[in-house]
Amino acid sequence: MNKIIKYVLYDIVRSKIVVAYTLFLLLLSIGLFNLGGSPDKGLLSLLNLVLLTVPLISIVFATTHFYNSYEFMELLVSQPIRRSRIFLSEYWGVSLSLSAAFLLGVGVPVLLFAPGATGLYLVLTGLFVTFIFVALAFLASVITRDKAKGIGIALLLWFYFALIYDGIVLLILYSFGDYPLEYATLALTALNPVDLGRVMVLLNLDVSAMMGYTGALYKSIFGSAWGVGIAFLVLLLWVLVPLLTSRRVFQKRDI
Amino acid sequence: MYKSYGKLQVLRGVSVELVKGKVISIIGPNGAGKTTMSKCILGMVLPDSGDIRINGESVLKKHAYRSQIGYMPQIGRYPENMKIRQVIEMIRDIRKEATVDDELIGLYRLEEMYDKKMGALSGGTKQKVSAALAFLFDPQVLILDEPTAGLDPFAAEILKSKILKEKKKGKLILITSHIMSELEEVADEVLCLVDGAIMFYETIADLKAQTQETRLSRAVAKMMNGGAAL
Repeated sequence: MNKIIKYVLYDIVRSKIVVAYTLFLLLLSIGLFNLGGSPDKGLLSLLNLVLLTVPLISIVFATTHFYNSYEFMELLVSQPIRRSRIFLSEYWGVSLSLSAAFLLGVGVPVLLFAPGATGLYLVLTGLFVTFIFVALAFLASVITRDKAKGIGIALLLWFYFALIYDGIVLLILYSFGDYPLEYATLALTALNPVDLGRVMVLLNLDVSAMMGYTGALYKSIFGSAWGVGIAFLVLLLWVLVPLLTSRRVFQKRDI
Repeated sequence: MYKSYGKLQVLRGVSVELVKGKVISIIGPNGAGKTTMSKCILGMVLPDSGDIRINGESVLKKHAYRSQIGYMPQIGRYPENMKIRQVIEMIRDIRKEATVDDELIGLYRLEEMYDKKMGALSGGTKQKVSAALAFLFDPQVLILDEPTAGLDPFAAEILKSKILKEKKKGKLILITSHIMSELEEVADEVLCLVDGAIMFYETIADLKAQTQETRLSRAVAKMMNGGAAL
């Protein structure tokens, strides 16, 4: 596996997009920490921006990379290499390079300006979101052969998770406001990795009051180590389900 | 072996046994399923039903057997920003095989162009790289999909003599092509696919005898017309 990852990484590093992404995150983080007075404020702004941009860049970059590597994969498929190995090498190559960019661009500034549990949660969330959205990007890429369509699906997924989903949740909460919705909202949160990550970091920031409807319940659940463990488990599922599904599709498709 | 792309049935009941030490040419009109058949053998395209066996063992869902196959695609597609050197070294690096047959790299003088990017190569040069890669690991089975299309006559000659040389080593070589005169030079047997089914599978000598023609192209044309009349 390592050898193919090496060539995937080599290809990515040369494209320089990842370098630009690192610099962008670095500028964003340093700027936000210097802008707000307290490190907590900086973390909060950073969280919101990270949860908007990291999924977008991850999913778009991973999708275009997948289509651009089609020739590379085609070349390897006729070699004595398992298809799943080719696929997973691509996945690891993309997600590791984006994660490295994130660690450099956000992890290091957080460590410098706001070290602590909240910062750690933010970085962990960002890493998970990277892995999740690369997996979703690969899923979008194996669904269709058409590059434009694939990127379209990827963007739709991002729109859905970053914007539309929250609207739907609000709509549900608003329309069924007369019923006890605590556990329903909890389930709804688990169904969106971006929200799940956001909630975990927010609870650590102790600004759960800002979340309105569901803050109190979340506090009681995610406040415990058990709750956090479950949350990370759910995030892990969000990586594995799209990844394994797309691997299955990739193994069965005609090259 | 059966295969369909959506509603389009490409291979319907192709069943054939190929013996090593022969050069077998797969011919047939465009879209008859020649490329699909070779891709099935390589596992690039998975048949809907049926089985592919090499030395008696099914190769479906396996991968190790591909070390025994050299494949030269019809249109070689390579990562555009990789140099020739990188592509060849990468494949060698991944395969880690000791025996390397770099005769074609030498004959095609690819080393002189090692630092050119794949994206900047002409179609013919790409074909040369494909050919060099197909023969690189001294495989027991060679699948050449329209190998001479796009090659200059000189390069095509080199390839043909290479094919004959490998045949003498007892390899199984499958060639799909439309150029009958060329096949006549290198091939022993002709497998004709029409609409995803085998129309005939004969040795060239038998074909000529049956149709009483001296040229393969005429013999094949006669056979196909005869088949259409039936």
